[in-house]
Amino acid sequence: MPAAPRRIVIPLLALLSLASIVLASRLGSAELDTASWWQAWQQPDSPGGELLWRLRLPRAVAAWVVGAMLAMSGCLMQVLLRNPLADPYILGVSGGAAFAALLGMTLGVAASAAPALSLAGAMLSIVIVFGLARGRGPWSGTRLLLTGVVTAAGWAALVSLLLALGTDSTVRGMLFWLMGDLSYARLPAWSVALLALLFMVTLGLARSLNVLSMGETTAQLLGESTRGLLWLVYLLASLLTAAAVTIAGSIGFVGLIVPHLMRLLMGSDHRVLIPAATLFGGLFLVLSDTLARTVVAPRQLPVGVITALLGVPLFLVLLNRARLRAA
Amino acid sequence: MVSLDCHALELSIAGKAVVKGCSLRLMPGQFWGMMGANGIGKTTLMRCLAGLIEPQSGHVALGGTPILGLPRRAVARRLGMLQQHSVYVFGAGVLQTALTGRHPHLGRWEQEGPDALERARRALSAVDLDSYEGRDVTRLSGGEARRLAFASLLVQDPEVMLLDEPSNHLDLRYQVRIMSTIGDLVYGGERLAIAAMHDVNLAACYCSHVLMLFGGGQWAAGPAADMLTSTNLQRLYQCPVEAIDTPSGPRFHPSFRDRSA
Repeated sequence: MPAAPRRIVIPLLALLSLASIVLASRLGSAELDTASWWQAWQQPDSPGGELLWRLRLPRAVAAWVVGAMLAMSGCLMQVLLRNPLADPYILGVSGGAAFAALLGMTLGVAASAAPALSLAGAMLSIVIVFGLARGRGPWSGTRLLLTGVVTAAGWAALVSLLLALGTDSTVRGMLFWLMGDLSYARLPAWSVALLALLFMVTLGLARSLNVLSMGETTAQLLGESTRGLLWLVYLLASLLTAAAVTIAGSIGFVGLIVPHLMRLLMGSDHRVLIPAATLFGGLFLVLSDTLARTVVAPRQLPVGVITALLGVPLFLVLLNRARLRAA
Repeated sequence: MVSLDCHALELSIAGKAVVKGCSLRLMPGQFWGMMGANGIGKTTLMRCLAGLIEPQSGHVALGGTPILGLPRRAVARRLGMLQQHSVYVFGAGVLQTALTGRHPHLGRWEQEGPDALERARRALSAVDLDSYEGRDVTRLSGGEARRLAFASLLVQDPEVMLLDEPSNHLDLRYQVRIMSTIGDLVYGGERLAIAAMHDVNLAACYCSHVLMLFGGGQWAAGPAADMLTSTNLQRLYQCPVEAIDTPSGPRFHPSFRDRSA
């Protein structure tokens, strides 16, 4: 895309993000006609207002925050591992969170404790991978990748064990958690603050990420102390993933597909890519969650199913068009 | 004006000595050719000169300060290196990639200004890639990628240029183009260039000095005219070399007599 339209895309995505949240507040299994919807905005105490301000808006904003976090984390992981297949979950952060959350469900711990448990699990996994992969020698992307992937496999085995041992009623909740689900998502204020903070840090690193994606030696020759930078990127990506799975479970595909979509459309300069992917990740997840709530209402689908069902064809079409254009 | 000094450098790789007791002063206005057989450790020595690896003992100093004690950013403003392989994994535009040369000169939140853009355009036209500005780097041929990497180095504009086999993948025309661009910067702009190379005649044409690595830590250095002799070259490559006198000095080619005999 030429430079001028590219400059419009970021404000456009921001505008669409706002619009998607407004749309999400309008749609749902309990019908609100336009007049009562408008009234609900103005009167938070009315029954419609309760629905809007207590349920739909917090959920929509939570979806936006989670999508933004996953997309940003995906961008960072892809640079960190120099691998376009990397996603936020590849190094086992979500596996640790899943195991802890599911263990809570198995033991009958109150559902309100699930976020704290999954946060603890995610942090434990980050520390394990960091500790084992750090070593003494120089940075090794391969060692980090292998440590992370094997740790993730370990968590996956433990999760399967819990699923096998679970009763029918708990297994359903577990599956929803694993597929990613925003039904119980509330919007903790810390998550918005964390997203804002990590976004600014990442944006400050954007040009460094550009040179880092050209290889570690090139980055060093262009003035980066890569060892410290790479661990910083690992921590940023992991914290974003941990926060996202704590709020909504492990929603798939957003963190893999959104960075690639934006790379195809906007190019690979992280000063543009990071804001674009962050905004589009949020937008995409709000729309997916709105669909998940409404498509077979009053039943709800796990949003992870929708992100995959929407994301896969969208991605394949764009990838194919990019190939055709290049040829 | 920055010199690069080796102080009693001992460097080895995988147990094989590259240089032993190497003390050498490389000065602005000098164009060094680094020569030696395959696998003798030219790239290792390059990486050591760039401060990317630590020698077993001794040290490299950039402008009088040990290079490993300097922040990478300070090094990158004065010293740049063209690596032996230029492989681009992630897609990016050609102009954008050339602009990465400005990275060490810009603050964290600073953007490339018109001056950087001007430098990048000039560098791209110096290697005939000016019509490729928007092209994706993953779609370049080996020689084009090589020229782009060289253009990025020109944009970085360091006083000390390390070049690991700069003529790799290049056809004759661009070999000459790139060597004479380096030559102009060295002899006209008082820079220092150190190029690992295999082409004896390119070295004879452009280099003012030559450093030879013989293996086992043995090395020799001096003005190109003194160093480039058939005796030295035969020792260096373990292969008979013939000198041919031309108006611009001796040129060399391997002796093919073995085959015709």
